Amino acid sequence: MPTMIELTSAEKTFTMHLQHGVRLPVVSNVNFSVNGGECVVLSGPSGAGKSSILKMIFGNYRCDSGKIEVCSRGTMVDLATADARDILSLRRDTIGYVSQFLRVVPRVAAIDVVTEPAVATGTPRSEARERAGMLLQRLNIPTRLWSLPPATFSGGEQQRVNIARGFVSGHPILLLDEPTASLDRANREVVVDLIGEKKRAGVAVVAIVHDDDVREAIADRIVDVTAFANAA
Amino acid sequence: MVDIEGQSSDGQPLLVAENLGKMYGRIVACRNISFVLYPGEVLAIVGESGSGKSTLLQMLSAQIAPTSGLVSYRMRDGMLRDLNVLGEAERRFLFRTDWGYVHQDATQGLRMAVSAGANVGERLMAVGWNHYGRIRETAETWLQRVEIDVGRIDDTPRTYSGGMRQRLQIARNLVTGPRLLFMDEPTGGLDVSVQARLLDLVRGLVSELGLAAIVVTHDLAVARLLSHRVMVMKGGRVIESGLTDQVLDDPHEAYTQLLVSSILPT
Repeated sequence: MPTMIELTSAEKTFTMHLQHGVRLPVVSNVNFSVNGGECVVLSGPSGAGKSSILKMIFGNYRCDSGKIEVCSRGTMVDLATADARDILSLRRDTIGYVSQFLRVVPRVAAIDVVTEPAVATGTPRSEARERAGMLLQRLNIPTRLWSLPPATFSGGEQQRVNIARGFVSGHPILLLDEPTASLDRANREVVVDLIGEKKRAGVAVVAIVHDDDVREAIADRIVDVTAFANAA
Repeated sequence: MVDIEGQSSDGQPLLVAENLGKMYGRIVACRNISFVLYPGEVLAIVGESGSGKSTLLQMLSAQIAPTSGLVSYRMRDGMLRDLNVLGEAERRFLFRTDWGYVHQDATQGLRMAVSAGANVGERLMAVGWNHYGRIRETAETWLQRVEIDVGRIDDTPRTYSGGMRQRLQIARNLVTGPRLLFMDEPTGGLDVSVQARLLDLVRGLVSELGLAAIVVTHDLAVARLLSHRVMVMKGGRVIESGLTDQVLDDPHEAYTQLLVSSILPT
């Protein structure tokens, strides 16, 4: 399987101008790669920079130096230097991301929240909606909730909508930030199954998970983030 | 977060600003502003009062002439034209058809003494529509799209609430199928619940119609919800710009960090 993600000497430091310019080194010299069909789990204590690394691969946090390359239509694109439009098009076609919390948009129904990314990649709306419905079903979101905006859903329900949204398109790269954190055992197993299906389809997965059983079930390789912790 | 459905990834720029500057006497309102806007792209310009963002919007929409630099716009024939040297017919085409402009104060963007239907129909008549029945039908459709009860079509906007006036302004602007929409603090002065409804409506219409838009706002939540890219202005200059979520989640400049940290938790 080809290399889908490759980080080379990637570095991130926050400079807090409102706190007298104090510099907070997050990670440095981050080097690892992920192949298609492989799931890499980032490990390390809270605050070690796991989420920051995922956000850098998604282009949400800027990378101060080094390279973050992802494979898009057969060529490697460096997110550290890509412009805004390139990053938007990578997110549309290549990189899926399931954040810890669903950012709800007022008045948009759950089913549409899930359908949207698939439509954006060119899937016909009816087919995208069907796929969205199948995912919501598997994730045990009752049909009566589909037409409601998720703002009023419980935390676990919102997270499952978020997972469905991340899994609906055929992105070859999938970034998962604690996707199972507030789920019960049955739903955790559904997510494990979904990740397994993505791997079999050749998707490169990078995940942060705290449940040992989930990690055991999905990880092909563990990357210890403390090795990249910046010695301040 | 914004849906970028329908956005072509390799189009040519729709609007190009190069080294734009504006002086009012010795006062610098804007300096050295350059950026490129592509079809289907939504750009937010954020900053506090007096940062120059409204002056910039007025230059971009050819309402005031820049002191230096230039703005070019790709006309429907595919040619990029300098806005300063447009002929009268081309200017009219832009103002009446190809552009929309949503004012913060709806009374500036609407004709308050004529009916809602006429407010929408007027833009159509200006581009040559003359069949009364078709104009009225189109106006009705647009009122529905902006969630105004069609039963209110013959009432003047004076009888409308602030949120309805803003939605009527949007209908009036979008009826001619513009490619670029300018918005100046579109939610300013509205109640929070009315704001959310308006933003959601604008967000849906912009992505559905594949419109490009430039939104001036001091409200970072508006920028986050509507825009793909953001430019942060201070003292007439762009101090930081980039992908909206990147700038708001990982702000680099001191002033941007101040703006972001000033948002009240929801």
